[in-house]
This record gives sequence, C-alpha cells and structure tokens, in this order.
Amino acid sequence: MEKLLRDRRAILFFIGPALTVYTLVMLVPIIWSAGYTFFEGNALSGFSWTGLDNYSKLFSDDAFWQSAGMTFKYAAVVTVGQVGAGLILSLMYIFYLRKASSLVRTLVFFPVVLPTVAVAQMFVKMFQVSPQEGLFNATLSGVGLGSHVQDWLGTPSGAFWILVIMDIWRSMGFYAVLLYAGLVDIPEDILESARLDGASGFTLTRRIVLPLLTPILVSSIIFSINGTLKVFDSVLALTKGGPGDATTPLTLYMYNTAFSYGDYGYGSTIAMALTLLSLAVTLVIFRASRKDVRK
Amino acid sequence: MRSKFAAIAVAASLLAAAACGGTGKGGSDAGQDASGPVNVEFLSVQQATDNWPTVLSDLMTGYSKDHPGSALKNTFVAQTDLDQKLQLLGAQNALPVLFNAPNTPAAQTEMGQTGKAVDLEAKLTELGVIDKVSPAAISVVKQLQGGKFYALPFELNVEGIWFNKKIFADNAITEPRTWDELTAAATTLQGKGIQPFAASGVEGWPITRLLGDYIFRLLGPDALKKVADGQAKLTDPQYVQAAQAIADLGSKGFFGKGVTTLEYQPAEDLFLQGKAGMFYMGSWAVGDFNDPKKNKIGADNIGYIPFPAVTGGAGNAEQTPMNVGLPTMVSAKAYTPAVGEWLKYLATNYGGTALTKRGLISGFKAATPPADLSETTKLVQTRIDGTKEPVLWFEALFSAKATSVSQKNAARLVTGSMSPQDFMSKVQDALAG
Repeated sequence: MEKLLRDRRAILFFIGPALTVYTLVMLVPIIWSAGYTFFEGNALSGFSWTGLDNYSKLFSDDAFWQSAGMTFKYAAVVTVGQVGAGLILSLMYIFYLRKASSLVRTLVFFPVVLPTVAVAQMFVKMFQVSPQEGLFNATLSGVGLGSHVQDWLGTPSGAFWILVIMDIWRSMGFYAVLLYAGLVDIPEDILESARLDGASGFTLTRRIVLPLLTPILVSSIIFSINGTLKVFDSVLALTKGGPGDATTPLTLYMYNTAFSYGDYGYGSTIAMALTLLSLAVTLVIFRASRKDVRK
Repeated sequence: MRSKFAAIAVAASLLAAAACGGTGKGGSDAGQDASGPVNVEFLSVQQATDNWPTVLSDLMTGYSKDHPGSALKNTFVAQTDLDQKLQLLGAQNALPVLFNAPNTPAAQTEMGQTGKAVDLEAKLTELGVIDKVSPAAISVVKQLQGGKFYALPFELNVEGIWFNKKIFADNAITEPRTWDELTAAATTLQGKGIQPFAASGVEGWPITRLLGDYIFRLLGPDALKKVADGQAKLTDPQYVQAAQAIADLGSKGFFGKGVTTLEYQPAEDLFLQGKAGMFYMGSWAVGDFNDPKKNKIGADNIGYIPFPAVTGGAGNAEQTPMNVGLPTMVSAKAYTPAVGEWLKYLATNYGGTALTKRGLISGFKAATPPADLSETTKLVQTRIDGTKEPVLWFEALFSAKATSVSQKNAARLVTGSMSPQDFMSKVQDALAG
C-alpha cells in the first residue's frame, strides 16, 4: 500500500479526476471572477478595461458600506445566538436531560432539515398583518395589546430581528449536536474528580467543561461566522433584502449588481471584498484561539 | 502498467473536462426557402398554457396548414432569470427565433443596438405588414427603446384607477377628476372604515406608478424623459413635491396596514373581495376581473377612472399611461426568409386571435373583433383607441439599478420611514451610476 501511495502516477490517478473537476468548477471561476474586477460591462454589451476603478468605487459606495455593516451585525448577532443557544442546549442534553435527551435533540434538530424557503414563508405568515393578521399579531390583539399590532417585517429593525430569530431557531439544533459530540468526549473521571473537589454547576462548566470544549467551540464559531457572513437564501426568502435595503447583506448586493443590474465587474469586486473579509475574520478568530487550543 | 495508469488518469481528466463543456450548435441551411416549414422556439416568461404561448401555438396550427412541418416550441424561463439567460445566449449567438425582451427598456435598446434583435419597423415594412400594428403600440415601444421599434407588442395595456362602483355609490362619491377630489374621496372612505387603496409594497411599482403619473400630470408628458436625458433631476423641487403627494397618501393611512409586505395577488384580492375601494393597475388585470372565482364583487361593479389631473399642472387626464407588457424580440442571428414569412402571418392574425381566444388586447389590429367582448374589455379597447398621447411610467427610462432602487424603496416612501427628499435623491444617485 505504501509503495502504491509513493507512486506519483498512482497519486495522479486517484486525485486527477477530482482535481480536474475542482479546478474547473472552483478555481477557474474564482480566477475568472478576480479578472472581472478590472472590467466594466456584461456578456452582452462587452467588457471594457477600467483598471482599479471598481475598487475605488467600493470606498465611496454608501450601499456597499451599509450592506457590509448589515452583514457584520447579522454575523455577530447570529453567531453568538447560534453557538450560544447550541451550547446551552448541549449542556442541557448532557447534564440535565441525560438519557431522555434523544427526543428533545430530534425536535430541536428538526428545523435544520426543513427547506429555508418553507421556514421563511412560515415566518412571513406568522408576522404578517394584511390581508389577515398572522399568529403574532393575532396573539397581541387577543391579549389586549391591539395597539401594538403592526407590520413587523415592514420596519427595518423588525425585519432584522425576525431574520435573526428565524436563523437562530433554524440552526441552533445543528450546533447543539456538534457541541454535544464534543461534550460526550470529555472523560467522565475528570468531571468526577472536579465534583469531588467541590466544583458544580456554573463553576464546573466555566473551569472544566468549557476549556475542554474549546477546540470544538472554536470550530463552531468559525463555521458559524463564515456561514452567516455569506447569508443569502434566508434573506431572499424572508425579506428580499427589504424594506428598502435595510436587510441587504453583501451577498445579495453582489447578486443584484452582477445579475440584475448587469455589472459583472463591480459585482465581482464586491464578491472579492466579501472573500477577503471572510478570510480576515477566520484568521483573527483562529489566531486568538490558537493559544487556548494548545494549552 | 505504469503507462496504463497514466493513460487512464489522462482519459478520466479529459472526460471530466468534456462533461463540463457545452455542446456546439450545428449550422444548417434550413429556413432559406420562404415557402418551406419554419421551426420557431419562443423563450418566454410565460408557461405554455399562458396568454402569449397559447395564442402563438394557435397561430402556428393555422400556419402549418400551408407550411407543413412547421412547429413552435415554448421554452419557459422565470422572469427574474430572464436577463441573465439572454445575456448568456446573446454572447453565444444562440438566441432563439422569438424571445421575451430584457426586463428594462435600457437593456432592450441595447439588444437592438448591438444587433442581436431585428429592427422590426424596417423588417415589417419590408414584409408589408407594418400597418397591422397599432400606431399607439409603436409609439409606446419607440418611447421605450430610444426611438426604435425592436419588439413585438403581444399585449397593450392602459393603466388607471379601478374602483368599486357600489362602494362609491353607497358613500355618495362621484368619480374624481382631480387629485384633490381623489384624496377627498379617499378621506371619505377612510372615515367609513373602508381601505381606500389596495397596493403591493413587495412589488413596489404599484406605488411608484402613482408617483410617475403625478409627475406627468404636474410637469407634463416629457417630465421623465428630461430626467433620463439629464435636463432635470428627481431632486428638483417639483419632482420632490410629487413624491410628497404620494407620501401623504401613505401617512393618512390610505394604503392600509401592512402595505410593505403585501404581495401582488393579496393586494388585488383586497379589491376584488370588496375590502378596498380603489386599485391602481394596468388593464392586464381585466382577465382577473372577468374571472368570477377571483372577483367576488362582480365584473359590472368595477369602473375605471383615468389618473386624475393635478390642478395647475402641465399635463392632463387624457394622457393615458400605457405599456406593452414585456414585449417580444426577433433574433437577428436566427432570422431566415421562412421566419419572415411566419412573421408576416403572425402580424396579420395575432390581434384577432388574441382577442377571440383570450380576450387579450394586443398591439396588433384585430381584423374582425368578436361581438361578445366583456364590458371592461370594451372599455379598455375604447380607451386605447382614444389615446392620442400615451405616457410611460416612473421607471420606464431608468437603468436596471435605478428601477430596482425605486421599487424597493417605494413602500418606505408611503410608510414614512424614508422622506420624499431622501427617496428621490436615492433614485437619482442610482441613475447617475
């Protein structure tokens, strides 16, 4: 076996097809897209060289900065929410529910497998006011808070928070399972000896469980923040980026610019900015946590 | 053994590469004979059972009697994917014979100017059938496409305010002729607990249509052309005044609660179920008005008022907003003498067939209009025939970006979360690039 794996031709045979496909569907488009950032135009009208114009345009484009702000705010809030709720759930599974947790785990995980569009439609209907009042507004009316009935998705802050709640609800089950796997791995004798030393509840979690869970926690955070920086489908299905541009993240702005406004060059530039941002954020988290992981 | 490995590896890689490549289109001499059969593919945002494809397939059945072997194929593409698809097909020189024009007039003009779409004024004149197209339709298309006629008007619509006659009569409201009378009527309805206007904020355009019309009434039919040409700005005081007038409708609550998240169909349903008194819409909605399943207030109960005049304004209520829906282009690359022969047949027969089969008013003249048309359809036909000076709509001459910015922020204008000044300067900025 070892002899076979040292054979360059064998290596080529094994990874050649996969590498070719990967190169064609990932690397080539990325390089192509990077090339577009120096041009203006689209496939129909033709392209003209604009040098670094697209990049300088980024800095003075209010819509770009607004989208970037929205993206960061969303990524921060949802990452904290997803991983935080996932952590609390996983601690609950292992220390509180124990053997009975499988039913709860299944129920909490269930939204993960639902299609985003269906979930978004459910939330739209839940918060709507016209033509019929949705569940939320009807409840408000029912308990005598009728004066607070409003078009929740029609206000910028309302739309943002409903989006946040929806995405946390949708994915906390996934992070709970991920962290649960990490918790199961913590040796029982360590917990046992900590308990003998008098640690319990919060102290046990803070001093023993979390430090041992750090590698998985860091992976979860990187996973979550990269997912949320690239959010697209849930926004499109829930608010279409509205009202106005209030909930338009960079991805949607990029899509609109390239495909609706027919400006491939500037769209690619926004995509490039998003890629660099994701890379930077990942590196920052990785650096900050690496010391802990080594300990 | 080793060389065999290498050969297999190379072959596998090539296979993967080939799987990702496209298939080339084979050239042929088909279609050079005008009397021969023609194969027409229609890339359309409508499904095969919808208006345009049905009419066309009906026409093709008639055409294939004299030209055996002719066939029509409808290829559906979602409207949101249309522009992208056209760009790709256009770049590959693979546009089908007939295709729906891109969504914005700016992109339509580009299609013509880059030589992808046939200049139909010249071509239909050459074929001797230009007189089969109604002058109003040609005028609308030319206004949109920089003075050129690059697209077939498979439908022709007037827009205006549809109202519930019974609600108006019950509240002693007479048909408003001026903007002040319109807002007075709305105030009366509001006071009686009836929502005055139904409008979809998700679509946005049902709101910006009002804004565009107000601008035409206040500043005259060329007011938005001036903006497109750079002679005026949307941030000029009179344009902002128009936006203020529309914002005022919203701040008085005339659009009801939840306008921002209301979709097109639920908005129409509000009107057709008698929950709203007025509904600004194009005459394409007449199809739904004539459908008893959708219309619970009765087809005879719906009246039409032209968008009212603004006191002291330069425009008047006779300048009817008109559109041709999403028109259809003919590919220059796929044009053959056989396609020309089919176009001739299409131009001659489309108007009559559309009216008989679907009650659809098109930009083609109907040789013999059927007698059993509904009242609303007749009303629309009369209005179209009587319109000497059609006007377009707010975003008609805007870029795709400005159109999107305008429609996305329309609901914010009427809910007060964006000031008229901010709205207009945001759209103006998008226009500037």
